[in-house]
Amino acid sequence: MSSTSPAERGALMFALADCNNFYVSCERVFNPMLCGRPVVVLSNNDGCVIARSEESKALGIAMGTPLFRCRDVIGRHGVAVFSSNYPLYGDMSSRVMNTLGAMAPEQERYSIDEAFFDLSGFRRFGLREHAALMRRTVLKHTGIPVSIGIAHTKTLAKLAAKAAKKDPSCGGVLMLEGADRVRRALASTHLEDVWGIGRQWSLKLALQGIQTAADFAGMPPALVRRLLGVTGAKVQAELQGHRCLPLELVRPMKQTICTSRSFGRNVFSVEELQEAVASFASRAASKLRREGSTASLLTVFISTSPFAASALRREASRTVSLPRAADDAMTLVTAASRVLEAIYQGGHPYRKAGVLLGAIAPKNPPGESFLLFGDEGEGRAEALQQVMEQVNLRYGNGSIRLAAEDSRAWEPLCRHISPRYTTSWEEILRVPSAPQAPPAPAHR
Amino acid sequence: MRLSSIHHTLFLDFYRADLSVPLPLPLAETAVSAGFPSPAEDHLEVTLDLNRALVRHPDATFYARVKGSSMIEAGIAEGDILVIDRSLDAKEGDIALCFLDGEFTVKRIAMDDGVLMLMPENSAYSPIRIGEESDFQVWGIVTYVIHKSR
Repeated sequence: MSSTSPAERGALMFALADCNNFYVSCERVFNPMLCGRPVVVLSNNDGCVIARSEESKALGIAMGTPLFRCRDVIGRHGVAVFSSNYPLYGDMSSRVMNTLGAMAPEQERYSIDEAFFDLSGFRRFGLREHAALMRRTVLKHTGIPVSIGIAHTKTLAKLAAKAAKKDPSCGGVLMLEGADRVRRALASTHLEDVWGIGRQWSLKLALQGIQTAADFAGMPPALVRRLLGVTGAKVQAELQGHRCLPLELVRPMKQTICTSRSFGRNVFSVEELQEAVASFASRAASKLRREGSTASLLTVFISTSPFAASALRREASRTVSLPRAADDAMTLVTAASRVLEAIYQGGHPYRKAGVLLGAIAPKNPPGESFLLFGDEGEGRAEALQQVMEQVNLRYGNGSIRLAAEDSRAWEPLCRHISPRYTTSWEEILRVPSAPQAPPAPAHR
Repeated sequence: MRLSSIHHTLFLDFYRADLSVPLPLPLAETAVSAGFPSPAEDHLEVTLDLNRALVRHPDATFYARVKGSSMIEAGIAEGDILVIDRSLDAKEGDIALCFLDGEFTVKRIAMDDGVLMLMPENSAYSPIRIGEESDFQVWGIVTYVIHKSR
């Protein structure tokens, strides 16, 4: 690795802000008693664990564990259990992202709880100080703790944010600057924790004796290209400090589906944005169906060019929860256009819009329909899906479907759901004006 | 109706730019001379938006419903809705939603000889001293109280 990378010489800096155990943190804002206690949040239908507080992680509760498998630990350690409350999480996500965006306007929302920023323009304020201010402000305004990683490339920023979470001494902000600092961070990061590597690739690379991000960054580029193709080569270059991923390039993870586009020109009218957003939503719906997944959260964002005159500049986005986990274009398009109406303001030259789906889960929870094929049946299940898609293409959507889709009586289970504190007047926080019972009035 | 001015950092001003500028329209004093359309009606229909009047920092504002009457003399009654702004810094005299030893409570913040006090607004209740050993945080500052009067 050269001692100064091109990005470093250009003094460009990316940040990634990531909410700590986001769903758990949302529950804690309205129920501070949960701070310091182990908490878990369950997937749709109270199926399995999808978020854990640090205390729950320490108890060994793994991500994705089915609820019935951890009843024991939950009982023994008094773990607080919550059904997922997407109306709450979606609203809190909007608040966090808007607060961050107000302090660093060049923002790319990456998922419900993560966003990238280009902080290059904040050099003179001191990047670490500015990021620390962002973190403090979000915590004060919304109650949500975030970790911020700062580095020359997005991949390194992501790695820095992960490291910031692990190291309590850095106060939630970690900046990777200088070759030594970067090298140390790479050496202490497991390969599979690198953004864009994933399990498949890390197994493949383990055969080559590659264990850490540092090992990977030091591999001969030709070998990386041969083993992992051009995408792998990009990840390696990013780790070496070469910027390959610009701010708006979105490569969705499995948990997020994002469809967005920059327009070639300024778009002012709500109608044109509606059209764009509707097409994004329906594209996202077919992606979902291809994966056999459903989404519970939908975000719409619109923004002007960061180079627009400051009076004309605008960034807006809102996250909402869908009435139920959905994968059909109808539901998603309707929701997206309602969200757009809510955030649209006329008079701005919009250059970009997008739809982001979150809280993505398998449509058929384990134990239903596809277990038909047993463990080795994945290929067959896929073949069946394809046949169904083709039949539906030819004879119209819904001509052939899984019996499970017809059980209209099926209602999601959510026994442990908290109130929708921020989106329903009936369910807002109830606060006693007095902490202790009043003395009995004398005249009764 | 205006909130008292509070300290803004440079960056929160970005945030305010996000709110659209209120239109400087003449007030509807012409409305009393009913029948004649006012010339002001030619250009824009505008409604008064309570959100804009009561919520200065939308992303930091939350609502809560009051149980109990310990703040009745401050005009906060059972069932009222509080508008709570988390972005404000607490100062003496503020009414705040506090979290104290495992419970939420709404109280006025006071200082007594350098000691933080939570003051009820109801003579049947006594003030609470916040000592070193208390588990205490100010959750947010109450900016408005919405009270139903019929």
